[in-house]
Amino acid sequence: MDIVGTIQNTVGTENLHALGRFGIDFGVILLKIVVVLGVTLLHVAYATYFERKVIGHMQVRLGPMRVGPHGLLQPIADGLKLFFKEDIIPTEVDRPVFYLSPIIFMGAAIASLSFIPFTRSFEIFGVNITGSIANVNVALLWLFAFSGMGVYGIFMSGWSSNSKYAFLGGLRSTSQVISYEIALGLSLVGVMIMAGSLNLTEIVKAQENSVYGFFAIPQFAGFIVFVIAAVAESNRTPFDMPEAETELVAGYFTEYSGFRMALFFLGEYIGMFIMSSLVAICYLGGWTMPWYIMKIPLLSYVPGVIWFLMKVYAFIFFYYWIRATLPRYRYDQLMGVGWKILIPLALANILATGLFKIMF
Amino acid sequence: MEEVEKILETRELNVSMGPQHPATHGVLRLILDLDGERIVKVTPHVGYLHRGIEKLGESLNYFQALPLTDRLDYVSAMSNNIGYCVAVEKLLGIEAPKRAKFIRTIVGEMSRIANHLLWLATHALDIGAMTVFLYCFRDREWILELYEEVCGARLTVTYPRIGGVRNDISQQFIDSLSKFLDEFPSRILEYETLIDQNRIWLQRTIGIGVLTAEEAVSWGLTGPTLRGSGVPYDVRKNAPYDAYDQVEFEVPIGSEGDVYDRYRCRMHEFHQSIKIIRQCIEKLPPGPVMADEAKFTFPPKDAMFPVTHPTKQHAFYIQEKPCKGCGMCRRACPVGAITGEKKKPHKINQDICLVCGNCYATCKFKALFLVPGGHGLSEEEMQKILESPIPDDVANASKLFLDHFTYVKKGPVAPKGELYVATEVPKGELGFYFVSDGTGKPFRMRLRSPSFIHAGALPRLCVGHLVADVIANIGTIDIVLGECDR
Repeated sequence: MDIVGTIQNTVGTENLHALGRFGIDFGVILLKIVVVLGVTLLHVAYATYFERKVIGHMQVRLGPMRVGPHGLLQPIADGLKLFFKEDIIPTEVDRPVFYLSPIIFMGAAIASLSFIPFTRSFEIFGVNITGSIANVNVALLWLFAFSGMGVYGIFMSGWSSNSKYAFLGGLRSTSQVISYEIALGLSLVGVMIMAGSLNLTEIVKAQENSVYGFFAIPQFAGFIVFVIAAVAESNRTPFDMPEAETELVAGYFTEYSGFRMALFFLGEYIGMFIMSSLVAICYLGGWTMPWYIMKIPLLSYVPGVIWFLMKVYAFIFFYYWIRATLPRYRYDQLMGVGWKILIPLALANILATGLFKIMF
Repeated sequence: MEEVEKILETRELNVSMGPQHPATHGVLRLILDLDGERIVKVTPHVGYLHRGIEKLGESLNYFQALPLTDRLDYVSAMSNNIGYCVAVEKLLGIEAPKRAKFIRTIVGEMSRIANHLLWLATHALDIGAMTVFLYCFRDREWILELYEEVCGARLTVTYPRIGGVRNDISQQFIDSLSKFLDEFPSRILEYETLIDQNRIWLQRTIGIGVLTAEEAVSWGLTGPTLRGSGVPYDVRKNAPYDAYDQVEFEVPIGSEGDVYDRYRCRMHEFHQSIKIIRQCIEKLPPGPVMADEAKFTFPPKDAMFPVTHPTKQHAFYIQEKPCKGCGMCRRACPVGAITGEKKKPHKINQDICLVCGNCYATCKFKALFLVPGGHGLSEEEMQKILESPIPDDVANASKLFLDHFTYVKKGPVAPKGELYVATEVPKGELGFYFVSDGTGKPFRMRLRSPSFIHAGALPRLCVGHLVADVIANIGTIDIVLGECDR
């Protein structure tokens, strides 16, 4: 009759509680993964729609209009098309590497998602839920590691395709991402110094408690460097060397088709989302707003996740905006900008931040 | 070390750019030898779009070859038509009426604007400025709509004719053209806002593909590609045709001879073209638009079909007396409408007859007569018409109709000799060289197309630069492969 009692007696109350907590934690994480992945994939689909609409209206045309009202179902139609398209594999490719590279590219992008805190931690039914899937103390380092992993996907696809265009695209991308990763990392050092932590949640909290509200104000130079490097890191105009359409046809994924190409596409858009999230978290206060803005009545009722997404989308819009405005850099000029301007600027920024920190 | 070098043989990466490539402006193929990203050697391959237009021209009448010129540089078909017509007119020794010359100048400059818009669109897209591409297409569309108002066609217009233009322009067209001219300068400003002072654009274009004036001349470059290097050569100024000697305009030239200078030259030409069109509209004289030369031009259609017989077609009729029954006309008839036994008068079955005039042209005995408005009439009625006095306009109509037949059959008969005539098309100097043997067809027709000569200069422009500069250079010489390959 007293099964619960029996189990309690044999396993021990303490252990049972630990097991229960583990189960709950496990369930929560699983739930979070499902939510974040589902939302992100849908987001990517509609980010393409958003991009096409935004750029369309900037270029005196309408963008997608045919599938659904105002073309709202266009991303779904595109996804279905890519999914059911014939998967063409050129005969001379290095097959295992060719298969693996889109998975690495996409996997690295998706794995980075787990460190992004979307909102402050909150409690439901007595369970404390953190804003990110994995609240890691060295989250920033992890993010860099994963975005560095993505380069392998690009380079391997360029190499294995056995095509000269893809090869050149892969080479360009590798050198570009490596150069800009330095600038990206150095620009964030200022933020790390100010927040005293690599944990993204802590960085947001540090901004909430600071006088400025946004780190973008004291870290202005770092902010500029980061934004430029982030655009280069996600291979977007004006730094879209690796896939420069008019030079290298489609760059490293020239030989890919069907769903494999879609994986690269997804990876690129998720990468864009992650870079936008990083800007929002490290420089624009994540899910918080500065105290001087929060003094406006009613604004404090807006949930943190809304603030966060607004910042992210504002930055994604910025991505699209410069795509519609700027021509493309040449490869050597791009390297020049990275090494001669951004890296020295980021270093100077670190020095200034450090001196400031010591003196005050 | 030497052993290692022996084992590790280093050679250039050989990339075939085109003929299927998004930035080679059609089917140009470049074999690039790359040392890393730097270009060691460029070998242009042309001919993927060869349609034998020069050879076709030899088997067609002068006026029949006119639509072929649309297919040369399909981006600015109007200019090619004008170039061809100016050349043939000079060969035949006729002159277009003044009004036609002004109209040609107007549409020619419209074509220059349309061409430069497409050039700017693709050049900017190649360098990555995507929005300029769509802005330019918006305005090019406007010009194509104006073309449509003039002649009904948008791309392959065939509007200018040997001895004038096909039809007059209306006041309505002039109004909508003036509206375009008022609006367009603000559009140029829009493109310039996007790229003219843009740092990336400047970095991509300044100092790229530099050609000195001497080099540009010795490569045979013409048009804005030459003028970018500072050589003020323009056929419109140096050897004026049409109405160019009656309008004022400047020839913009560059100083450095790089991609940016050539870009600036073409942007200035927009303004000059607007200026020329404005003056032409102001000075547009009244009068006919076709030369009154029965041997060299088509007769006007409304005079060929007079009001006396508004609904009925003309018909051919074989008179019994002169007909010897030789059977020539029977063999010449494409539809077999003529029947009859040998050495007896033949007859035409009017239900099948196409009124093509082949029988008329072959008959040696002048047995065939044209009965104006005679289609569907019985033989007696035709006889009656032939016997009764014919009104003047009908008589004139039948004369014109027969002129038309001879003209179509023989073509405009040119005197013997050779001739080279050049005109300034948007891309440079388009020259037509004819060898005439005294018939209605050229013995030899040869084109000097600017695109072909510009493509030859590509290796000189590209070597030593990077891959990305190749497309900037392809853009700057403004190449269209339809004209290059012919």
